[in-house]
Amino acid sequence: MKATQDQLLLEVKNLRKFFPIRRGFLQRIVGQVRAVDDVSFFIRPGETFSLVGESGCGKTTTSRCILRAVRPTSGQILFRTGDGRVVDVAALSADELKPLRREMQMIFQDPFSSLNPRMTLLDIVGEPLLVNGMTDRAARTERVAELLKLVGLRPEYMRRFPHAFSGGQRQRIGIARALALHPRLVVADEPVSALDVSVQAQILNLMLDLQSELGLTYLFVAHDLSVVKHISERVAVMYVGRLVEMAPTQDLFYTPKHPYTEALLSAVPKPDPRLRSKRIVLQGSVADPANPPSGCYFHPRCRYAADICSRATPTLVELEPGHFVACHRAAELKLTGVV
Amino acid sequence: MAEPEQDLKPHATPSSSQGEGWGEGDFLDEDVTTTEAEERISVATAGQLMWWRFRKHRLAMVSAVVLIIFYLVVIFAPFLAYVDPELSEAQRSLMPPQPVHLFREGRFEPHVYAVKGARDPKTFKRVYVTDPNTVIPLRFFVKGFPYKLLGVIPSDIHLLGVEGVPVEEALFILGTDLNGRDLWSRLMFATQMSLTIGLAAVAISLFLGVLLGGISGYFSGTVDTLIQRVIEILRSLPTIPLWMGLAAALPGSWPVQRVYLAITIIISLLGWTELARVVRGRFLTLREEDFITAAELAGCSRMRIIFRHMVPSFLSHIIAATTLAIPAMIISETSLSFLGLGLRPPAISWGVLLEQAQNIQALAISPWLLLPAIPVILAVLAFNFVGDGLRDAADPYG
Amino acid sequence: MNDQRTPLLSVRDLKTYFFQDEGTVKAVDGASFDVARGQTLGIVGESGCGKSVTARSILRIVEAPGRIVGGQILWYDAKGQPTDLTQLDPDGHQMRSLRGREIGLIFQEPMTSFSPVHTVGNQIIEAIRLHMGVSKAEARRRAIEALRQVGIPQPERRIDDYAFQLSGGLRQRAMIAVALSCDPRLLIADEPTTALDVTTQAQILDLLRELQQQRGMAIMLITHNLGVVAEMCDDVVVMYLGRVVEVGSVDAIFHQAKHPYTRALLRSIPAITTPPRVKLHTITGSIPHPYNRPSGCPFHPRCPERLRGLCEVAEPALRAVGNGQSVSCFLYENRA
Repeated sequence: MKATQDQLLLEVKNLRKFFPIRRGFLQRIVGQVRAVDDVSFFIRPGETFSLVGESGCGKTTTSRCILRAVRPTSGQILFRTGDGRVVDVAALSADELKPLRREMQMIFQDPFSSLNPRMTLLDIVGEPLLVNGMTDRAARTERVAELLKLVGLRPEYMRRFPHAFSGGQRQRIGIARALALHPRLVVADEPVSALDVSVQAQILNLMLDLQSELGLTYLFVAHDLSVVKHISERVAVMYVGRLVEMAPTQDLFYTPKHPYTEALLSAVPKPDPRLRSKRIVLQGSVADPANPPSGCYFHPRCRYAADICSRATPTLVELEPGHFVACHRAAELKLTGVV
Repeated sequence: MAEPEQDLKPHATPSSSQGEGWGEGDFLDEDVTTTEAEERISVATAGQLMWWRFRKHRLAMVSAVVLIIFYLVVIFAPFLAYVDPELSEAQRSLMPPQPVHLFREGRFEPHVYAVKGARDPKTFKRVYVTDPNTVIPLRFFVKGFPYKLLGVIPSDIHLLGVEGVPVEEALFILGTDLNGRDLWSRLMFATQMSLTIGLAAVAISLFLGVLLGGISGYFSGTVDTLIQRVIEILRSLPTIPLWMGLAAALPGSWPVQRVYLAITIIISLLGWTELARVVRGRFLTLREEDFITAAELAGCSRMRIIFRHMVPSFLSHIIAATTLAIPAMIISETSLSFLGLGLRPPAISWGVLLEQAQNIQALAISPWLLLPAIPVILAVLAFNFVGDGLRDAADPYG
Repeated sequence: MNDQRTPLLSVRDLKTYFFQDEGTVKAVDGASFDVARGQTLGIVGESGCGKSVTARSILRIVEAPGRIVGGQILWYDAKGQPTDLTQLDPDGHQMRSLRGREIGLIFQEPMTSFSPVHTVGNQIIEAIRLHMGVSKAEARRRAIEALRQVGIPQPERRIDDYAFQLSGGLRQRAMIAVALSCDPRLLIADEPTTALDVTTQAQILDLLRELQQQRGMAIMLITHNLGVVAEMCDDVVVMYLGRVVEVGSVDAIFHQAKHPYTRALLRSIPAITTPPRVKLHTITGSIPHPYNRPSGCPFHPRCPERLRGLCEVAEPALRAVGNGQSVSCFLYENRA
């Protein structure tokens, strides 16, 4: 990849995560689900990078590997820490990981299950502070109040329990918790997909505000292309565990280079009846990651598939500056993006 | 930083009179006039929410009161009894319950009438005749046989007594058994025994169940498989033959209570499996919860995750499981003793008292011997209702 | 299609309340709209707006403690004769023959609507036999045909699969096959694509449109996704907290929305066609809890255009503003 090492906050190289399939009384391993299969990308400091794809494409597993909530099978996850060192997150032990935790935090999808119902806001938002050494209660209370204000909640609420709040407010609480330790990378896994439409906009605006205010870097994981387009600077598309295309948002949405991206963009219903158009409707269903087709995983559903597509696995190449695509025919195809 | 302070104070706008407690967004523009009730719910702890819910469960509330009374009896059994439960006298064998009169000549003055026993010359059965002319007044807080409250505080004060004659010759609230022992007094001591002897067993099962279930669920892998196989083997052992074997194997020189306690403890070493499965299941589901992942990502230690996040989440379920385990223990004591396998005289328990009612003939002549069945039913029902109520209340967020 | 002007279904002032210990939830509080023959009506709204309860009320499958407390649901049969569904016994013969036979239903989560112990085929066959009274062999033949029509590959084999053996998309197709097996005149689709991925969603929406053209049935599409509404519907009903706030043709709703809520909702969604990383318009506050329904117009606490002294006191009625569009808002009281 072109970008030089010292510009990057995070560089993922050849990441793989396979889950064994066990069967029978002795739980023998009879196969593997290739949830993430040779994925490489990078994130620059201060940007919003999105991973998109349909359910089961491996985007969530990828993000959990980066946070080391899941241990990757192989590959490197190079993260530049606040003091300028570059560490391979994939290779760290649990003890070595702990100081790194404060630099990477997560915003969850489900605003209900992500907050412990038996703890007050003060305890929820204050917990990362407490376990990372801020044992003085008064100082912690003050910082929690600051964080709540930052996400648009009244500090007076801190004695309350999560059950007193609506979905959107709970998501704000989750964001406050994620920001407690001044993280440099925030992984947001579908942060608005469980929210009502009118509340989604509030949370997206809040995330954009916080980014410019605090200089955060977002790894945004989502399936909703409209939301992704709204928030990201660069986007990567995944299909059955592999990265098929990665480009700056405008390039990806207006001049996609991968047939899957084209189909995905075409499938998004546009909220304007005057823009009704003939969509590209993909045939069949997503390939099984435990038993993927040969060559390019997308070829059985691809309307541009040629002979080579079923034989050889395409590699991710930089077709235009910053625009990476894994397709044998990418150079010759003229694909339609958003109109 | 300081100047927005006054803006944070609630300020009323004419239009936002209600429903704003749920408001969110740009809080500086919004009003938060929550009602007092809402505020109370907002800051309620899990325990408070559980209590509020439990209170709504009327049957469980009544049952809880019943249980409190039962355990007061357990504590004050010798005080409530008025005769030494071992005191037997063939002259007073199988005496029927005696009515207590509360008023005499319009005044409150509880009393009983003297009872005289005689043998029916034809049937040789003892018959008892009430003598309405000999009034024996009841007295409260009178001196009687000496005892130690809770095994430590020496006392000889009893709730009930009579004036003028020895109490064992005059007062038979629930009648007497074949050996002429006072049933009321024996019932008090039986309650004490039956409601406490299994508690140790329940506690041991609980401890083992939570510990092994927790280990199984949290660490999974080989440890989990091993514990699961052990559970399956233990669950396949039949309890009653085991019980009989153990009863025979323990030293004959031990007093009956100690033998029984030993057996229940051994049984409890096998009885933790049910709870262990429940706890394991809870751990497995909890491990997948986002808030546990969040705690991990925040850098919480494993111990903190288990004790601060996981255990409180199913503590209420364990309390409910326990309240449901106690009646099972009561029933098993009663039925085993009834069969002569559990406690045996001279120990006094509900099962031992009921053992006397085994004989149909004895029952036909002296039906009051069945009275100890009533507290058994009451206690078991009460525990079950309280357990149900707790289980329903346990998940205030469900 | 000569009776284009008489609707197929006409809901008038429907009120469905849930009586709970904590208080009464007015899930639907005076909803009125028509479903035209062979057309697609979209019902949109956010959580708690009552769109699903409306559908359940029409089918008379509202669960206790919920109850229809007022209004009419007029179903016009093939001859144009109305029947008020609220007056029927929900478990009676007439209602049961309407459900499944005349009105098909598809849910959001196809997994839970299939029995795990019967094959998909058996459940379709059962529905066909129940409503059509044909032989078992004939029912099986029709079931295979129904599966083929919804685009399930190898229907002869798939008919003996269990629901859990199918992927999400195929399961939703099978669900549609069940709903359409008796050739209903109205299909109620409650969030039919919410649980699906975009490409699968596109497949299902195409399928629904195709089947509608073939059979001329009406569709009542309940969704929170405005994109799906724009793509699929002829007419749109916008609901908020149990009330219909606006009704109109899809073009009118998306291009000349009148109600402040509709307009705010449309402005707040990030669309794939809008420029990135700009601030979205938001609706202040959040949807009130159903126990705490605001007085007057339920939207007034969040409304940027509320009229002080009016909106929080009185409830506006739904009134026509021309062009087939109706709105319930005091801003338009004088212009009608």
